[in-house]
Amino acid sequence: MIAQSFQYESPGSLAEAIALLNQYGDEAKVLSGGHSLIPMMKLRFATPGYLIDINNIPGLSDIREEGGVVRIGSLVRESQLEHSEILAKKFPIFKDVTKLIADPQVRNMGTIGGNLAHGDAANDHPAVMIALGATVMITGAEGERVVPIDEFFFGFYMTAIQQGEILTEIRIPVPPVGTGSAYHKLERKVGDYATSGVAVQLTIGEDGTVTSAGIGLTNVNPVPLRASRSEEALVGKSLTDENIALAAKYASEDCSPSADLRGSEEYKRHVTGVLVKRMILKAAERAKS
Amino acid sequence: MIQCKTSKAIGGMGHSLKRKEDARFIQGKGHYVDDIKLPGMLYMDIVRSPYAYAKIKKINIEEALKVPGVVAVVTGRDLEKYNLHWMPTLMSDTQMVLPTDTVMYQSQEVAAVIATTKYAARDGREAVTVEYEPMKPVIDPFKSLDPSAPVLRSDKEGKKDNHIWNWKVGDKAKTDALFEKADVVVKEQMHIPRIHVASIETCGCVADYDKVNNHLTMYMTTQAPHAIRTVIALVAGHVGLTEEKVRVISPDIGGGFGGKVPVYPGYVIAIAVSFLVGKPVKWIEDRSENLQADSFARDYHITAEMAGTKDGKILGTRFKILADHGYTDASANPSKFPTGMFSIATGSYDYDTTYMECDAVYTNKPPGGVAYRCSFRVTEAVHAIERITDRFAFEIGKDPADLRMQNFIKKEDFPWHSPTGWIYDSGDYHAGLQKAMEAVGYEQLRREQAEKRAKGELMGIGISTFTEIVGAGPSKDFDILGIKMFDSAEIRVHPTGKAIARFGTKSQGQGHETTYAQIIAEELGIPAENIAIEEGDTDTAPYGLGTYASRSTPTAGAAAAIAARKLRDKARKIAAYLLEVSEDDLEWEPGKFFVKGAPDKAKTIQEIVFAAYTNHPQGMEAGFEATHYYDPPNLTFPSGAYICVVDIDIETCEIKVRRFVAIDDCGNIINPMIVQGQVHGGLTQGIAPAMYEELIYDEAGNILNGTFMDYLVPTAVESPNWETGHTITPSPHHPIGAKGVGESPTVGAPPAIANAIVDALSPFGITHLDIPITPFKVFKALKEKGVFDK
Amino acid sequence: MTKTINVTVNGTIHSLEVEPRLLLVHMIREVLSLTGTHIGCDTSSCGACTILLDGKSVKSCTVLAVQTDGKAVATIEGLAAEGGPLHPLQEGFKENHGLHCGFCTPGMIMRCKELLEHNNNPTEDEIRWGISGNLCRCTGYNNIVKAVKWAGAKMRGEETPSTEPEFV
Repeated sequence: MIAQSFQYESPGSLAEAIALLNQYGDEAKVLSGGHSLIPMMKLRFATPGYLIDINNIPGLSDIREEGGVVRIGSLVRESQLEHSEILAKKFPIFKDVTKLIADPQVRNMGTIGGNLAHGDAANDHPAVMIALGATVMITGAEGERVVPIDEFFFGFYMTAIQQGEILTEIRIPVPPVGTGSAYHKLERKVGDYATSGVAVQLTIGEDGTVTSAGIGLTNVNPVPLRASRSEEALVGKSLTDENIALAAKYASEDCSPSADLRGSEEYKRHVTGVLVKRMILKAAERAKS
Repeated sequence: MIQCKTSKAIGGMGHSLKRKEDARFIQGKGHYVDDIKLPGMLYMDIVRSPYAYAKIKKINIEEALKVPGVVAVVTGRDLEKYNLHWMPTLMSDTQMVLPTDTVMYQSQEVAAVIATTKYAARDGREAVTVEYEPMKPVIDPFKSLDPSAPVLRSDKEGKKDNHIWNWKVGDKAKTDALFEKADVVVKEQMHIPRIHVASIETCGCVADYDKVNNHLTMYMTTQAPHAIRTVIALVAGHVGLTEEKVRVISPDIGGGFGGKVPVYPGYVIAIAVSFLVGKPVKWIEDRSENLQADSFARDYHITAEMAGTKDGKILGTRFKILADHGYTDASANPSKFPTGMFSIATGSYDYDTTYMECDAVYTNKPPGGVAYRCSFRVTEAVHAIERITDRFAFEIGKDPADLRMQNFIKKEDFPWHSPTGWIYDSGDYHAGLQKAMEAVGYEQLRREQAEKRAKGELMGIGISTFTEIVGAGPSKDFDILGIKMFDSAEIRVHPTGKAIARFGTKSQGQGHETTYAQIIAEELGIPAENIAIEEGDTDTAPYGLGTYASRSTPTAGAAAAIAARKLRDKARKIAAYLLEVSEDDLEWEPGKFFVKGAPDKAKTIQEIVFAAYTNHPQGMEAGFEATHYYDPPNLTFPSGAYICVVDIDIETCEIKVRRFVAIDDCGNIINPMIVQGQVHGGLTQGIAPAMYEELIYDEAGNILNGTFMDYLVPTAVESPNWETGHTITPSPHHPIGAKGVGESPTVGAPPAIANAIVDALSPFGITHLDIPITPFKVFKALKEKGVFDK
Repeated sequence: MTKTINVTVNGTIHSLEVEPRLLLVHMIREVLSLTGTHIGCDTSSCGACTILLDGKSVKSCTVLAVQTDGKAVATIEGLAAEGGPLHPLQEGFKENHGLHCGFCTPGMIMRCKELLEHNNNPTEDEIRWGISGNLCRCTGYNNIVKAVKWAGAKMRGEETPSTEPEFV
């Protein structure tokens, strides 16, 4: 398995990278962790003329908290997310999700930016970002723009990133006390893409009322999906079995999975419902501590 | 505890000697075929068909020839000039090397690109364009025999359908009559799916033809180098490559499992190209090529039936098989056994009535089938009998352990004549199952299951008590392409008492460098660490049929013991001469002969060997060397009792193997550490087809999971912690009482797992699920039973 | 168009002219003739090609050689000096029968090196998840888990567990 020949550029700054992207237009591809792109190039499904390696651009590899927002550079590796203390404290969901992404070696290379920018509804971070209400920073020749996660995914492998732009940062609001988050996916074997995956973040008031809910779904829709009706079924209410069952039912109804080797549409809807229920319970449990 | 006759320093049988071969593997110094780099070596890449069935209209090679580094593009028309475009399969069917006009399965070889680098060869492959005229393929074997189905093998004169052969064994009339009047008859339709051995090293070769000396050295991933050399000579003898001009070297092999027994077109093309250009040619498959084009295993559709009494006595079985061989019958079976050893399917049970029949058909899928760590279709047989036995127990409401205990052949009834003609050498099935039940805590588990069922939780316990049949085989019945299935050992002891031994087999990870040395150490008392073992080079090793089907210990291991005994007989003569006593006055203990009643008067084996070169008796042949070609009098019949415990999540339908206890009986044990390691590995290759692996094709013949992204080889997470143990019932006819073990676990595990899952689901009336049993399959079955209805 | 890279492999600096598309695994195997690193799949699924890149385990079939410019690569050949004492992992694999055909072994050991550097006393579950990117077709993984535990004990300076098989 060998890629078609290409020209390789390794810019040392964001400005340089953007200039190169503009120069080479749609013949150029951005190389981040490379674990989606390089396999596609080896299979010659992707044959870019130019590869712009952004790994040597400084300043895109940090996780930091500033003014109630956690900012994650787009080049942050999955393994960094997995072991980050800041994230472990505020967002237990990251430990859930990273453990289930591919395998340790792939997580040493794969980046959160690449996982999102690939625009693949089978990837796990999109659902997590939906649940956490993230915003995405995209940088181009004109400067930075902020895109809410709900406006980021457009279609199959399509995102808000335009030609000449690079995803540079993910911003996640730090939720109030009383918040819990959780992710799980059903997979055929470890490291597989999800048969169905569900990310949930809940904030629960002292009286037991859900004050906010974010629910994202993986690989059961052509684009990463926010389970809005499920969220609405919870917000302003207490977590009764009935409300949880309703949220689960809405998610299984509102997703639009396609049948493949992982299972039928029916099975995927069924599993989605089960996982929504379980992740709500897990997030709620975590919200208590 | 295993009793050892030799000291740890000698390291004979029963010692868990650390493996001698490991030193190189753990330091990156293994020597696999892709590690070979010869001066002037060219690289080959292969253009493959995107269609399952199509006419080739035109192969355009011009653009490929323009790619820098590409030196040639070879098509079937080029090979046709030398009559090298077809080759025989191991089952005496025929197979294209490269097609001249029609492709018969997706990923079939269409053309080969030869270049100076691997990268240029791949670029050249991309530049070849082929114009096809697709035809409607035959994918479903059940439709293959429809009168309306196209005749796929129109290359065979007079062929009017897609039927390959019919095989039958047993007494049809008696069996039918028995089923007619039996109190209880159970029946299930089972598919043992098409799977792939997927050794982590793919297949490949370096063909190195020397034009000056008219000599071919073929480095290749083969489990049977000698047989391959003979096949090469038979196929290419007409162009001058006669057998003495061919040397096959099988270097370290990264796993075989049967997938490295056949001759694949890539090997033949590489030889042809090297022959034509006079340069070494390397061909190494990609994983996707390996999964999509190399021989598959299994793919048997079996109707299994059992007849018995209401109180659980098994009276008879009936098996009807449809075998999907793909485009050609490229099975790796002994010639007289088109269904391999399937007729072991009567199992471990005492009854005398059976009938089995198989029809093999062609379809537009890759050819096969090979072993997948299995002795010639024994996995299919064991799955059928162990599943249908459980089905019978379920039908009459009897515990499957009790039912098995009731029906086992008793240990005093061995040698036991099976209704299909086998003579089981030895076994103690009751002891094995008893031990497994105690190890797993069977009674306790059944109580726990009852409690869980009352709460609506799904827990299952599955048993498999199998009889294997390995060690092929006695020359009166067993051959491959006419070559009898003996195997060989040659032992040469050097003057200082250190030895080298060579074999006709070829380890692919089984640890022959250690275990063969232990057998010789056992017999001669020379420390195992002083015995070098060599295999895989046809110029140096004695002729043998290779390593597969758990045959190495039963055949070459026996040859080693007998060759060593020949040497011990010679040693006795020399010792008598040196000690000036009669041979009858000598007694042997590992490592020396001593005079009866005077243990101080002794000669060590080292002293004796030295004398064989320096002071041998007049009239005796000098040196200390022996060879033996071992023709086994019978096969060996290892057995096992496996118990699996599963928990199923009733919501997601995920299946978790909680416990798995495997008690194996492989006769006498040469190295417990290695036997246990073989069992562990075989069990993971048992859970693989039981729950994860299957090659899936759509109606157009496209493979849907031709990479490791979707062909789900289990990782350390899917593979449970295996609990293993053994019983020992020596083989009475084998020189060291050993039986072979490599495949027992692969054979025995799938039905244990399937039985456990079906047991968990049985409260809903589910009586069978085809492997691989996935969460999705469980969901469908439960859904059908209305479990998820609100 | 080739590119010059400076890469340290097992402690030795190499200046190489490489095609941008050259995969790291091919650089290691073909250019530097370090054939202990193997190729088992095309899809970064099997882990046979695992090496350490600046101390982190990565699959060298899915990294470009040009990406290693200025970086350090460690392969199985660099784990112990030839003829010198073995690394505890190498010893652990041998002592515990953690390999059969040996093809996955170098990648497995390099992966486990990072695993143990991160946590030298992993649980069975942590080991199993930790090697979930490395396929072994021969061993059934039991003895690999045992080997890693053994190596961990050795690296912690503790008494190593028994290597006798529990096969009774």
